[in-house]
Amino acid sequence: MQEKVAQAPTSASGKGPVLLALRGVGKVFSNGVTALSDVDLTIREGDFLSLLGPSGCGKSTALRLIAGLATPTSGLLDWRGSSSADRPDIGFVFQEPTLLPWADVFDNVWLPLRLKGVSRTKAAPAVMEMLARVHLTGFENAVPRELSGGMKMRVSIARAMVTKPRVLLMDEPFAALDEITRFKLNNDLLELWQDERFTVVFVTHSVFESVFLSNRVVVMAARPGRVFRELAIDAPYPRNEAFRTSPDYAALCRQASDVLIGAINSTAGPHHDGH
Amino acid sequence: MTAIEEHALTLDPEEARRVRQERLERIGRWLLPLAIMILAIWLWDRVCVWNDIPKYILPRPGVVLQTLFDDAGLLFSSLLVTLRITFLSLLLAVIGGVGLAVLFAQSKWVEMSFFPFAIVLQVTPIVAIFPLINIYVDNQTTKLLLCAWIVAFFPILSNTTLGLNSVDRNLRDMFKLNGATPWQQLRYLRLPAAMPYFLGGLKIAGGLSLIGAVVAEFVAGAQGQSSGLASRIIEAGYRLNAPRLFAALILISFTGILIFLVLSLISHLILRRWHESALKQER
Repeated sequence: MQEKVAQAPTSASGKGPVLLALRGVGKVFSNGVTALSDVDLTIREGDFLSLLGPSGCGKSTALRLIAGLATPTSGLLDWRGSSSADRPDIGFVFQEPTLLPWADVFDNVWLPLRLKGVSRTKAAPAVMEMLARVHLTGFENAVPRELSGGMKMRVSIARAMVTKPRVLLMDEPFAALDEITRFKLNNDLLELWQDERFTVVFVTHSVFESVFLSNRVVVMAARPGRVFRELAIDAPYPRNEAFRTSPDYAALCRQASDVLIGAINSTAGPHHDGH
Repeated sequence: MTAIEEHALTLDPEEARRVRQERLERIGRWLLPLAIMILAIWLWDRVCVWNDIPKYILPRPGVVLQTLFDDAGLLFSSLLVTLRITFLSLLLAVIGGVGLAVLFAQSKWVEMSFFPFAIVLQVTPIVAIFPLINIYVDNQTTKLLLCAWIVAFFPILSNTTLGLNSVDRNLRDMFKLNGATPWQQLRYLRLPAAMPYFLGGLKIAGGLSLIGAVVAEFVAGAQGQSSGLASRIIEAGYRLNAPRLFAALILISFTGILIFLVLSLISHLILRRWHESALKQER
């Protein structure tokens, strides 16, 4: 039952220093549901780490714990060997774009800086640069309802990155988009990540997306939510459309898919749908 | 021109019917109520003539209109008195309603504790409370204001409270992640999110403050202490001056309609860029 193959920090790149270590982290909700149980995970600086698993495996809960939006029931989150109080600046991208509908694109991206007391004029260069990075130059004055789903998600990413956080957490950000838009955003996100070298923790239920993007895929299993196995995706960056159609990519997807099926079959107890 | 005709020619019968229907509806929306209104006034006039009804029972529309002009000085100065109470009480209702809603929004406990008081104030008929207010308050204007305020503030309070509490959970998390203070959360997230709800409450409160002002004048006017439109109505009733009574009534209705239209326009202008309710329907 306890198939913890990847308990030790077997980072694919193994380059960067440890940024965050989850040690025996568990989360039990007041309704008795064990969302996470005894999770050990090491995240290194510069990692693009995907949490892949069926619904109900606690991957979103893990992300909320890392963000500090929830506290673990047991275990601890160790930020660079110090206490969890030293959580660095974090950017968060939700499943929905989660924009202020009354504010235009500029004001939405400005918001995190505004909350830190940065004035509009002082923030303008950073906001405009970020909008350029997500290919939204010229849309500063549009309000969210005038934008397509993909563009709204770009605004959301720009907002998360405008403070130049060292960690970007993404909770199934592209799940609601059509495939063509998703591929485009995948490419643009990788480009941004390669330029800035921040750390990404990316929650997804898509094998293909996780393999395309990450250098590490952590497969999780449900009931209770736990780390099932970790895969190193050793394909070199930059990855582009050529990689998407390559035999290497297909083989890696096959491998990840097999592990995911193993994780789903390992689920203890009766099957019901996740929440 | 030819291009449009060519385009019209390519429409299939179903689409053509839809276009016709839309054009008809556009005209009918204005024309139909207007026609029915004119018909009703004409019928009113005819009923007076056919039945030889004396003008102190039911005056003909023309007579009412004439009175509106002849007594304009008297009626409009009274209208001004009523309007002053209406707008002052609406202003106080906005301040009080939003202020209390923000206070309630600070904590669930405050809301749970004090919301029942607001409901008690709302459900007790203002006419029944007035004798009490009459005992405790001396100043005439204050009396009327208090009455109109009690009637008008509740929709604003209850709508704004609902609005402040219906903020998207993810947006709330986003603010928390960025270390927003409670004040920042109120200023940049909860107040703007409550805006459509507040404006909905404001539209109701606008009409209610007029009703509140008139009702308060009625109760106060029975003691001969008021000079608003309501006192003109009471006075005209005593003197069997039905034309003036009708003229005053029409004035009150038009004022109410005007207040509603102005508040609707304000609401539309504020929400037109982002809120579903203000967007043009696109098929």
